[in-house]
Amino acid sequence: MTIVRRWYWAWIGGLIIAALAVWGIVDNQRLFLVTTLNGLTLAALYFLVASGFTLVFGLLRNVNLAHGSLYLLGAYVGWVVGELTGSWFVAVAAGFLFAALMGLVLQVGVFRFMQGDDLRQTMATIGLSIIAADVALWIWGGQIYQFDPPSWITGTTALPLVGKFSTYRLVLLATAVVIGIGLWAFLAYTRVGMMIRAGVDDRGMLSASGVNVQMVFAITFAIGAGLAGFAGVVGGTALSIAPGEDTRYLLASLVVVIVGGMGSVAGAALGAVLIGVAEQFGLAYAPTYGIVFTFVIMALVLAFRPQGILGRRT
Amino acid sequence: MTKRTAKLFGALTGAAIATVLAAAAQAQETVKIGLLATLEGPFAAGGQDGMRGAELAVKERGGTVAGKKIELVKASSDAKPDVAVNSTRKLVEQDKVQIMVGPLSGSEGIAVKEYSKSQPGVTFINGGSGAQATTLLNPSPNFFRFNTDGGQWMVGLGDYAYNTKKFKKMALVAEDYAFPYSQVQGFMAEFCKAGGKVTHKAWVPLGGKDYSSVIAKLPQDVDALLVVLGGSDAVNFLSQYEQAGGDKPMVGGSITVDQTVLNFKGKRRESLLGTAAAGPMADSIDTPEWKKFVADYKANFKDGFPSPSLFAFVYYINMKAALDALEAVKGDLSGNQEKYREALKALKLKTPVGEITLDENRQAIGPTFITEVAKGPDGVFFNKVVKTIPKVDQKLNLSKEEFEKMGLGSRDVPNCP
Amino acid sequence: MSAAQWRKAMNFSDAGRNWSGGRPVAATPSDARSATRSAPAAQAGVSLGRLWSHIRWRHVIVLAAVLVYPWIASPFFTYQIGAQALALGLIALSLTFLAGYGGMLSLAQMTVAGIAGYIVAILGVSGTPEISLGWPWWLVVILAVAGATLAATFIGWLSVRTEGIYTIMITLAIGMAFFYLAQQNYAIFNGFQGFQKVVPPVVLGIDWRGPVPFYYLALFWALAGYFFVKYLTRAPFGIALQGVRDNARRMRALGFSPVAHRVAAYAVAGAIAGIGGVLLVWYNGLISPGSVGTSWLINILIIAVIGGLRHPVGSFIGAIVFVLLQNFAIDLIDRERFNLVIGLGFLVIVLFSPDGLLGWWDKVKEWALRRTGGRRSAGRSNEWRSVGVPQVRPVGRQ
Repeated sequence: MTIVRRWYWAWIGGLIIAALAVWGIVDNQRLFLVTTLNGLTLAALYFLVASGFTLVFGLLRNVNLAHGSLYLLGAYVGWVVGELTGSWFVAVAAGFLFAALMGLVLQVGVFRFMQGDDLRQTMATIGLSIIAADVALWIWGGQIYQFDPPSWITGTTALPLVGKFSTYRLVLLATAVVIGIGLWAFLAYTRVGMMIRAGVDDRGMLSASGVNVQMVFAITFAIGAGLAGFAGVVGGTALSIAPGEDTRYLLASLVVVIVGGMGSVAGAALGAVLIGVAEQFGLAYAPTYGIVFTFVIMALVLAFRPQGILGRRT
Repeated sequence: MTKRTAKLFGALTGAAIATVLAAAAQAQETVKIGLLATLEGPFAAGGQDGMRGAELAVKERGGTVAGKKIELVKASSDAKPDVAVNSTRKLVEQDKVQIMVGPLSGSEGIAVKEYSKSQPGVTFINGGSGAQATTLLNPSPNFFRFNTDGGQWMVGLGDYAYNTKKFKKMALVAEDYAFPYSQVQGFMAEFCKAGGKVTHKAWVPLGGKDYSSVIAKLPQDVDALLVVLGGSDAVNFLSQYEQAGGDKPMVGGSITVDQTVLNFKGKRRESLLGTAAAGPMADSIDTPEWKKFVADYKANFKDGFPSPSLFAFVYYINMKAALDALEAVKGDLSGNQEKYREALKALKLKTPVGEITLDENRQAIGPTFITEVAKGPDGVFFNKVVKTIPKVDQKLNLSKEEFEKMGLGSRDVPNCP
Repeated sequence: MSAAQWRKAMNFSDAGRNWSGGRPVAATPSDARSATRSAPAAQAGVSLGRLWSHIRWRHVIVLAAVLVYPWIASPFFTYQIGAQALALGLIALSLTFLAGYGGMLSLAQMTVAGIAGYIVAILGVSGTPEISLGWPWWLVVILAVAGATLAATFIGWLSVRTEGIYTIMITLAIGMAFFYLAQQNYAIFNGFQGFQKVVPPVVLGIDWRGPVPFYYLALFWALAGYFFVKYLTRAPFGIALQGVRDNARRMRALGFSPVAHRVAAYAVAGAIAGIGGVLLVWYNGLISPGSVGTSWLINILIIAVIGGLRHPVGSFIGAIVFVLLQNFAIDLIDRERFNLVIGLGFLVIVLFSPDGLLGWWDKVKEWALRRTGGRRSAGRSNEWRSVGVPQVRPVGRQ
């Protein structure tokens, strides 16, 4: 019964989208393709941020509302290191490492003592995000920062049908795909990855089987936070860094994981693609309501599949 | 809880009484001026520089006017109108300031203007807010604005783009709220009148960040782009336009290619060179008054920008107006500040950019500068003055009928596709 | 569905996790005592005699203090501190009710209040006559509160479909969605600008915009909200709601519908927040997207948590502290670092005193009692605790 209903909705939705797509291609083929590509590259950025968020939630049940702050702080630190060393790649590494370290400190120093107390953890992360935003404003001011990536990934690349397209955005897309596959391989084939998956399924059982759960938690938090810092530098290069980016990417992560399904990395990828593409099409075809589109998707998912598209019923 | 509450109330009443007494005692020898700018949120950098500008005006007079000490009482907002009104109310009703200078942004200005109507005993002078409606619609008798508004800032640019730059067809990218509406109106009123066409209007959400699809949609058959974005939106758009391989020349709004955008941390964008823009000031005005202003700014604020920003400038002239008028009445604020307000209205304000006077709505009539982005010998980008329009009034130098026929700027006004 | 029925089925010692420490609350004799004390009150409803027996000296003194307050305080303190704290406290109260008694931490309460505020501006009189319809104030206010209740019900329906910690995310996302909608839509919400000149009406010859009349208006509704929540938490609905909070499965097995109770709680909280929203828009005289932005969504949570989530009075205490800090932080420290102070204070409270300032008050009292050797009021302080120990956990996952 539910399956029939779900397919029914998928058919209706699919038909409408297909009709719109045909119209889009006929109307202005280049615009349609460029927008699709833009949507995918934005999705790549959203995936990088949201995958860390969902990973942490899946295992630790910690809704880390300071995830956006990790993004911003990683980006700022990456920028400083990039200025000092003159290398963009070192900046990316620094962003990752700094955020990972922050994550580690938070998990070991704060959240470990509230394990299982979801609500208090979440509120602590809210407090931390307010503090982080203000400290960042204090140190780095309200200016706008941009990175200086090596010249071979700036500029444009000519693509068939699309024409000139930003090389950096293509690199971003490739990076996200690589990170996504890497994350999948890490979870599927390494010992720690197996522990994490086991923990997502049943935390109690994992600790009962003699695994050092605290270590697994700390590693997961570090990776999740590090991904946010990594995304900070990579995203800051595509766009820019300024105060307020933290809430923006926190919101993106929230919506992406609500749509995709909490705790599922594949869900984060699917959610990111849906939201990224919807946002770009909104911006191109209905500029004033572009942002509202994403929330319509979210409300529909919540109404018909509350656990998210790839989420499991809890 | 009882004790706590009682204690709290005791403390509150005590504080209230103390403030009233203190205010009465001080009234003789000091004049309290409230200063409101955004020290939090997205405009924090602009707000800090606005504070610097206002302080500079006080420092120039050595902190005293007509033998009275000037006491600045500062407050902050986060660019939200409700916070701005709360902070203003605190300065006026709690700190008992006699003159109020602020706030910084457009919708804050309208809100504070509305509040000023309930405080006839205090004189309000604008800070940095540039919304047309503040003084054009339902003006308040005790709200003065010595800076020109967002529409005035663009007068002359439309003509310059059409006749000098020879742009006949343009596309527009602007943020979707009142300030860009005013700016676009200031530009298009002239540009359309001269015969130019604006064939495509992209109103983008404030803080949209990712403009790649907006850029993809821009028509290819235009001569130039009119870009009215501010702060990080401007930086994002400009770098993404470059990344997408865009090569159209640009015409900018007053805050599109200002200091904060030209001097953002990161690599400088050569593609911005030659971008025309307009505003109430420019970095490179070639008069001794302006050079002195810049030198004073640099000497006083080591942590400031390389040269004063737009916000430092407008706060400076508004504070200067407040002090000059105070000097003119010898510090006499008696009689509900009646004399003081007359002095403000009659003021011929000497500013670093020239003379500014007020119209019947207590709105500034002042100069506008057309600029182009140029590169200095030290590699620093700056706005080079190419033309000056000495007097611009709030009706954009149009006749009353013409201006009223057009109405206030909006998404669709003016229009010439 | 009577409270006694529920009490028989529910075992207090099984109340599960405690919000304050993640440890199960041990059943103490005082818990049991307070449970038996509150239950008959619920059954009897509000009989006058019962009501009298609940009034204590502290109630009388606080009531006298808040009534006299505008006569001893300056207009600024009456309006900006007093009235603002009452309006914000009322909105925070709706969160206290939802979180403390329903176990649902909704970040969208300011959104609900904002919806009421926008309805007042759009249907009533504002500085934007092109949009505002100029309907009579009484109709507008009724519609505003009704609209807020409806919106809250919808938000509740969307967010209670998932359980526990999801609520906070979903409500945050919905709140932000409304912010963007209000900022982008010009036809109805007047976009970034919002509405100016939304002022309370002149009724019975009194200009309710004046500091003292507005203070009393806010006070009336704050007291009404406070006593309503106090009453509701002891009424059968409130008891059942707390049952749902503590163990939804058991309640379902008993024939209660957890979803219906939760959605109903959202609706009730929506009405309270709606009244607070009407007061707030009148207080500010304007509404703009900034009034429903992320920072205000979080500020309401901060207010509720600073005060303490386990008793309705906490929201008002939190609001007073918040408003005082907001106004006078600049005189003590740089206003530029206001958010740092607020954030640190909030974090400290979350980490060390999960019951907020009320928790500190209890600790001080316990300490004082230990010194004087008193034992009578130990039970009374536990009476508070027994009403509000929210516990949030995705049921079935652990």
